[in-house]
Amino acid sequence: MSIEVRNLIKRFGSFTALDGVDLKVENGELLALLGPSGSGKTTLLRIIAGLDWPDEGEVAFNGEDALARGARERNVGFVFQHYALFRHMTVFENVAFGLRVQPRAVRKNEAGIRARVKELLDLVQLDWLADHYPNQLSGGQRQRIALARALAIEPRILLLDEPFGALDAKVRKELRKWLRSLHREINLTSIFVTHDQEEALEVANRLVVMDKGRIEQIGSPGDIYDNPASAFVHGFIGESIVLPVEVAEGSVRFGGSLLNIAPDGAACGASKLFVRRHEMAVGPSGSGVFEGTVHHVRSFGPVQRAEVALAGGEVIEIDAPRGKELHAGDTVGLQPRRYRIFAA
Amino acid sequence: MTMQLTHSVSLTPPADKARARASAAAAGIRTEPKLVRIAVITLAVLFLTVFVVLPLVVVFAQAFSKGIAAYLAALSEPEAQSAIRLTLLVAAISVGLNLLFGVIAAWAIAKFEFNGKTFLISLIDLPFSVSPVISGLVFVLLFGAQGYWGAWLREHDIQILFAVPGIVLATTFVTFPFVARALIPLMQEQGTQEEEAAISLGASGLQTFFRVTLPNIKWGVLYGVLLCNARAMGEFGAVSVVSGHIRGETNTMPLFVEILYNEYQFVAAFGIASLLAMLALVTLVIKAILERHLDEGQP
Repeated sequence: MSIEVRNLIKRFGSFTALDGVDLKVENGELLALLGPSGSGKTTLLRIIAGLDWPDEGEVAFNGEDALARGARERNVGFVFQHYALFRHMTVFENVAFGLRVQPRAVRKNEAGIRARVKELLDLVQLDWLADHYPNQLSGGQRQRIALARALAIEPRILLLDEPFGALDAKVRKELRKWLRSLHREINLTSIFVTHDQEEALEVANRLVVMDKGRIEQIGSPGDIYDNPASAFVHGFIGESIVLPVEVAEGSVRFGGSLLNIAPDGAACGASKLFVRRHEMAVGPSGSGVFEGTVHHVRSFGPVQRAEVALAGGEVIEIDAPRGKELHAGDTVGLQPRRYRIFAA
Repeated sequence: MTMQLTHSVSLTPPADKARARASAAAAGIRTEPKLVRIAVITLAVLFLTVFVVLPLVVVFAQAFSKGIAAYLAALSEPEAQSAIRLTLLVAAISVGLNLLFGVIAAWAIAKFEFNGKTFLISLIDLPFSVSPVISGLVFVLLFGAQGYWGAWLREHDIQILFAVPGIVLATTFVTFPFVARALIPLMQEQGTQEEEAAISLGASGLQTFFRVTLPNIKWGVLYGVLLCNARAMGEFGAVSVVSGHIRGETNTMPLFVEILYNEYQFVAAFGIASLLAMLALVTLVIKAILERHLDEGQP
């Protein structure tokens, strides 16, 4: 099922949670909504699910108006950040809930419900926990039960709100992989919300980066990393070195001195120069557009991370490959291999 | 003032008590010298004995002072029987009404956002902050012969004051906050996520309420009903104003105790009082059991 959102606006009092959001999600896609807290991603998800209502705008499922129907009739599977399992029901009854509350005419009989729940518990590999209560489960197990419960109603769309937010790092990594393979298996249109860029880059086919109630950029993980559309995206996705620069007609100045790089079409005025940490080449003094003194070096794995103080006093962190070891006190020249300039 | 104080103490939500207990245990380092500890404990035991245990003993001692036969005879008097029946009837109706309204009010306050919510919460607390006698007088002003609706009621031959309906109204008003106040903090703590999950899984509003909300608050509901019932059976002030003290008709147990006492029928007075005291003891035991369930947060 495809989802189309047009010009969605949602305000909570004086706070604008969504400020004109347009988004199209293709059938079978696994999409990540990525952004800092307060960027409106959860609000967008809740509106799609029917748990919140927009002040303006449209939501359509397969071209059909979804706002005309309540959460109950939208047939959307929703996995809550804190699982929201029914605490007084066993795991089995939790998963069976959506089947038991169906109208009598379409409701499965007891044997049918049992078979379906068994099938779902097998899918999430937790059939041995059927008789347990939610408070007897670990965080990762609760998360998978919440997913099984959402899938029980055979939803047309699966929405996950910070699905791994409350889990520890190791469990989170496993569940990410598991979610991706599950999505390949059932191929259900899915949207998940996260503030963790690594999670979004690793799991999703396509990424939507949000900030302050607006969509900043939509694209594949690689595309967004390589070609960020705004200063916010560049700063939010991946590690960046940010330096204040002054763009004039065909020239870029940093701290009063002219830099030997082209403005690449950036508008004149105060701007910010963004460089990825590993895209700053380190050479002998005089070899680059910046001069600096190495303060401190930490080496781990394939990189050495150096803190370099520039002539103007700014301290930046760069990732240099191993092999030519840097030492504290070295004077180095720095040359950005790739960079972007955005208006400040 | 003292009345209000006792109410607020008995109404501390169990969850708060558990928290207070936990922090007390964490800070459970004994720093006072032994002598001070013994003195403080003795003082506390003495106080409890004089103000709680002794009165309770006196009630039962007086009730049985002329033997069990006299005690049973006093309780089987037709007027005593009528007072017991009326008390049970009034408690059943007012607890039933407050259960219904209390759950609905707590549900609305804890699960929904709307304007005037703080005002509504204050309104629910009103019966606790008004003297019960005033609460009774309000009904006299409304339904009495000289009251706002007195003339209309007389025309239609409807008797509210000095009759069972008046007693039920006054009792319901005075005991209204118990169920709602027991549930609001509990339901606020539980949040709305489980309800949202239920609705997104296709449950209707009623299915959500009966399958998700109610099972989660059932111990809280029982807790509120228990306290509400204890107060409804024991209410004196408001009922005294509206009842008219008609023997065998509009006397509840507390009112009847007063009448008997004023007539120097001590065995009968303390006999009825002993029933109320037993109600209190049973209430305390059940309350302790319910609080354990609420503390565990487990159905």
